[in-house]
Amino acid sequence: MNSGAARLSLWLLLTPFLLWIVLLVLVPHLQMLRVSFQVRESWDTLAWGLEQYQNFFTESYYWRTFVRTGVMSLFTTFLTLLIAFPIAWYIARLARGRARGLLFLACLIPFWASELVRTYGWMILLRESGLFSSWLQALGWADGPVEMLYNDVAVIIGLVYNGLLFMVVPLVTTLDGMDENLVEAGYDLGGNHATVLREVVVPWAMPGIVSGCIVVFMLTLGSYLTPILMGGKDSAWFTQQIFTQFITRFNWEQGAALGVLLLVLSSIIVWLGLRLTGQSLRKVMG
Amino acid sequence: MGVESDLFCSGLVRRFGSNAAVDHVSLDVPAGTFFSILGPSGCGKTTLLRLLAGFDRPDEGDIHIRGARMNDVPPNRRPVNMVFQHLALFPTMSVGDNIGYGLKRQKVPSAERRTRIARVLEQVGLPGMENRNPGELSGGQRQRVALARCLVLEPTLLLLDEPLGALDLKLREQMKIELKHLQKAFGTTFVYITHDQSEAMVMSDQVAVMNDGRFEQVAPPEELYREPATPFVAGFVGDNNRLAGKLESVRDGLADLRLDDGSLVRGRLGQTAPNIGDRAELFIRPESLVLGGDALKSEYSSLRASVTATLFDGANSRLEADSAGQTLYARLPQDGSAPRLREGASLQLAWDPMLARVFAPGAA
Amino acid sequence: MIRSVPRSRWFDGLYLAYLVAFFIYLALPLTVTAVFAFNDAPFPSLPWKGFTLDWYLADGSAGRTGLFHDDTLLSALWTSTRIAFWVTLVSVALGCVNAVLFERLEFRGKEFLYLLMLLPLVIPGVILGVSILVFYSGMANDLSRTWGIELDVFRPGMTLVVMGQVTFIATLATLVIAARLRKFDPQLEEAALNLGATPLVAWFTVTLPWLMPSILGAAAMAFLMSFENFNTTVMLTGSDTPLTVALFNRLREGSTPVLNAVALLLMVGSAILAVLAMGRSRGKP
Repeated sequence: MNSGAARLSLWLLLTPFLLWIVLLVLVPHLQMLRVSFQVRESWDTLAWGLEQYQNFFTESYYWRTFVRTGVMSLFTTFLTLLIAFPIAWYIARLARGRARGLLFLACLIPFWASELVRTYGWMILLRESGLFSSWLQALGWADGPVEMLYNDVAVIIGLVYNGLLFMVVPLVTTLDGMDENLVEAGYDLGGNHATVLREVVVPWAMPGIVSGCIVVFMLTLGSYLTPILMGGKDSAWFTQQIFTQFITRFNWEQGAALGVLLLVLSSIIVWLGLRLTGQSLRKVMG
Repeated sequence: MGVESDLFCSGLVRRFGSNAAVDHVSLDVPAGTFFSILGPSGCGKTTLLRLLAGFDRPDEGDIHIRGARMNDVPPNRRPVNMVFQHLALFPTMSVGDNIGYGLKRQKVPSAERRTRIARVLEQVGLPGMENRNPGELSGGQRQRVALARCLVLEPTLLLLDEPLGALDLKLREQMKIELKHLQKAFGTTFVYITHDQSEAMVMSDQVAVMNDGRFEQVAPPEELYREPATPFVAGFVGDNNRLAGKLESVRDGLADLRLDDGSLVRGRLGQTAPNIGDRAELFIRPESLVLGGDALKSEYSSLRASVTATLFDGANSRLEADSAGQTLYARLPQDGSAPRLREGASLQLAWDPMLARVFAPGAA
Repeated sequence: MIRSVPRSRWFDGLYLAYLVAFFIYLALPLTVTAVFAFNDAPFPSLPWKGFTLDWYLADGSAGRTGLFHDDTLLSALWTSTRIAFWVTLVSVALGCVNAVLFERLEFRGKEFLYLLMLLPLVIPGVILGVSILVFYSGMANDLSRTWGIELDVFRPGMTLVVMGQVTFIATLATLVIAARLRKFDPQLEEAALNLGATPLVAWFTVTLPWLMPSILGAAAMAFLMSFENFNTTVMLTGSDTPLTVALFNRLREGSTPVLNAVALLLMVGSAILAVLAMGRSRGKP
């Protein structure tokens, strides 16, 4: 009503928000950035320097893992989109009534178990003494135990599995809002499956596609359990190195620098994704 | 200020930026009246209603309800209740809880609350519906619940913001009559805003025609129709033909108008009279136009026209005719008295000058 | 592609096969995990040796310790529950306040603050954990070194875990509640004022009941996310380990069916929570 009361209520509502965003997001990240430029000269003296970043570029193990993590995350995201799209289409457009709700619910099931449990399930299936190996032997297709775990394919299977839900939900939501007449008009005007998909359906679903891709990409890039438990000796993940620096070596400065680099990588890729598809963060996430 | 008036406003102004949505509006509504504010969308009627309900404050002027000044009273303390455009029934509550909401705020004990809810539901014709969910009701039933929710509080003044707009045509006709009866039965003063003239005309004791933030005319429906005070009212209330020309002469309140094709027509001069030689407009209602040439009285004014189309619509059937580029409509009585007309046929349209109105051209 | 456009039988068959394969892929790991919680063998692998409840009930006397006698896991479960409780409480409260802030008020810089609000969604969970560790734990270290003040709340432990999880769960809670508030007709609040309610009463009697399904939904989601979180938690945890971290440590030692037993328990718990949350929100407009 009057402006004094309005100001008061604005500040009352703004304060918790600011406390959260400043104390839990902004300040810690700025501090992490600051620490990443510090060099420890002895146990209690610090100097400013770029040594942590130099280490990253000179130590090939670091940047190789970095590039690998980025590329594999992008690939996983793309694969997840390819796998999820027909499913989302079926749920949003072809299934009816009860089946529709049940199928949608079924897609949510993996979410009922934590990443650790999901990964554990795959380990039981894929490892040397696992179910697939046993089945192959029982069928006579393999002579001895087959190791299917600890390689990149296993990691990607696990990562796609983790991301599917976050791809299917936004896709179903946007496809659900599409007017079927649009597709009918596409065919009516002489389009075939491919052109209608490319020129009508995909542009319509773009906000959902981008939203799903961002979430899946972030989850994949930042995942730790799946690569470490399912990956082999050569499939190191960048988060693993951050973890090692902080927890095992207590080298916070190096860890902070690696953290900043990961954050920069994710920001650039998300920003590029938004730019290339002409979407805004607010539109796809909010 | 009248002793008996339930609502009295003087010089109300509400500006948004440089635009005055409500521009020096004064009104006086006697107790027990059904008062309508009629105007096209964007004329400021919703703003006016929100000022009365207390959701907005006037920049100038005063609002008095039963003699008490209301300007600084918050909406929840005003003896005014409102039926919202989309009814605003609380979806999380049953019908009974919706109606009991205001009573609960007044701390009415629950036993009394129950009897009053039951009584008002009976009065609006929905007995025993307390436990239903508003979502399960039909449009007309929801309407009645919204009314009951206000009426149960026995407000001095009930504001209605185009509540019939969402109903289909048939139900709207029915609800119009029902609202009128309910208002009589409860004796509450109603202030009803609408853009639908038929709603305003059928239900109201008094109608204020609003345009551009101002009241053009406040009068009973029949007077509004027969004696429009301004060209806007003449054009907005009921169907009307409009002929543009130049004022030639005035005698005994009757004006002669020279149309652009040279023909001379006559009508009674309205309140906003133009000067001799100025542009002027003549309004004549379709039902006042007489077809054919023979039985014309000598004082009648007339015009030659050619038939463009006949528009059959039962009792509302009309003839569309063209006279030197100006389109005219005349009523076609379906009792066999009207001649059968072919497209392109030429005919004489005549009228009693006392039934036509001449105004200086209005803004609208 | 849609029902009204004709498809070939061949295409339909292929599509159906794909769907079936997809849902098998989705269900297989979880089903296998659940089934092996009851296998009467020391390792969760074939062959099937018969049904047993040992992995829940065994008291350790026969060389097997079931979940309900495994003190480490039980205390980890309790730690996780406490963390999830606080995270849920804080996130949902923040979510309500933020939703009102962004949906109902107009102020300068709103657009910018909204983007800040979304920020935690595009920061990897590990980084959220790391940054909070660096700032708060670093601060505690510095204070201890320079002035000898011990700020143990900011050492790795429950408080930091709760803070780290709230960082991104609050954003999700805000989005869920704001989406519901956006569908609220502000005229309902005016109607309440008009019927004699004060603004505060109107908020509690009209707006809050409307938001309730989304608040419960957000709470269920916050609880699950907190309970299942690993990436942020592992960076911030102290001596009392939450369940996911305890399970992870156990898993690195080698898998036993006790892990399957815990996993199944978690799945059933989450499923019940999810069904409850959905059941509450169904039927409401």
